[in-house]
Amino acid sequence: MGPLFNASDEWSFVIALVIGIAFGYLLESAGFSSSRKLAGVFYGYDFVVLQVFFTAAITAAIGLLFFEYFGWIDLSDIWVNRFYTGSAILGGALMGIGFVIGGFCPGTSACASAIGKIDAMLFLGGFIIGVILFDAFYPLYAGFYKAGNQGPVKIYESLGMDREVFLLLFVIVAIASFVATGYIQQKISHKSKKY
Amino acid sequence: MEEIKVQQHTPRKYMNPYLAGVLLGLVILFSFYLTREGLGASGAFKRGVAKVEQIIIPAHVNSEKSAFYHYVKNGEDPLKNRLVYMIIGVFIGGFLSGAINHRLKLKLEHSPKITSKTRAIAAVIGGAIFGIGSAFGRGCTSGAGLDGMAVLATSGFVVVGMIFGVGYLVAWFFRKLWI
Repeated sequence: MGPLFNASDEWSFVIALVIGIAFGYLLESAGFSSSRKLAGVFYGYDFVVLQVFFTAAITAAIGLLFFEYFGWIDLSDIWVNRFYTGSAILGGALMGIGFVIGGFCPGTSACASAIGKIDAMLFLGGFIIGVILFDAFYPLYAGFYKAGNQGPVKIYESLGMDREVFLLLFVIVAIASFVATGYIQQKISHKSKKY
Repeated sequence: MEEIKVQQHTPRKYMNPYLAGVLLGLVILFSFYLTREGLGASGAFKRGVAKVEQIIIPAHVNSEKSAFYHYVKNGEDPLKNRLVYMIIGVFIGGFLSGAINHRLKLKLEHSPKITSKTRAIAAVIGGAIFGIGSAFGRGCTSGAGLDGMAVLATSGFVVVGMIFGVGYLVAWFFRKLWI
């Protein structure tokens, strides 16, 4: 039964390299190597980010549930990020601002740098500066960073729902957003751009 | 003959987003199945910074004053981690797709309404804000967001909700950069 390896096994390093290649290949193939295409999600002229992102999330979430039903994976042994209320909210907000100004996120900027996008290389340079700044002034907000630890809590627990019911709702909301964004994108298509 | 030449140099069309999404979802699924963890991009860069700090300012990173203390505790090498191999893979995979689809080109992409210089400055500033954000968020769009949603973690949904929610809130102020 899965997971087959521990994340710190050396085999995991080899697997991570292969998974990284697939990840980078798919990001580039879907058009995530273009900042103007990525930023489109915020201005209504291109929703590919939302479409790829939510399709991937529901595919993986449904897959994990089926793997558990078939007895192939022990979900209690899977890594789940802890939820630190204030830090997660502030971090998400800053990432939203950084995304709109910079036009990338770390994974997409890495794959765009690989095909020669100079703006992506500059974004990555900025990203590293940000990480250094965070570390340099860390004592100022270490308390805030570690406050409000709710542990590896799940969204359906936070909402007091059944796991399966939540997942069904998530899928419905995702599909509704695909339909809505398809409609909006058509409406704004006169602004359609070449990247 | 000429037509063939033109075709060879024209970038191919992007993959259908839903097909790419399903394939990416399967990659995440197998990552969890095989290694118990999902995707990640920011972790490798944080570890890279920790590695440099370990060499040039060891007293800082080996203390509670550093956010990366846990990467180097007990003399550990911060680069001996799967996320470092994963980001190397992302560069290779991105390059392969770019090569196969004729999209390899050194280029600073920007809206025709702004100069290259404006775009360059915005990319660095946006990157820096994103870097600070992903440190607070304990991961970026992939590690905190995508993985988090796949395992139905509250942290993942909150981070993704904030990225897109705040992104839409501030988009109007930065519209000149894009449209």
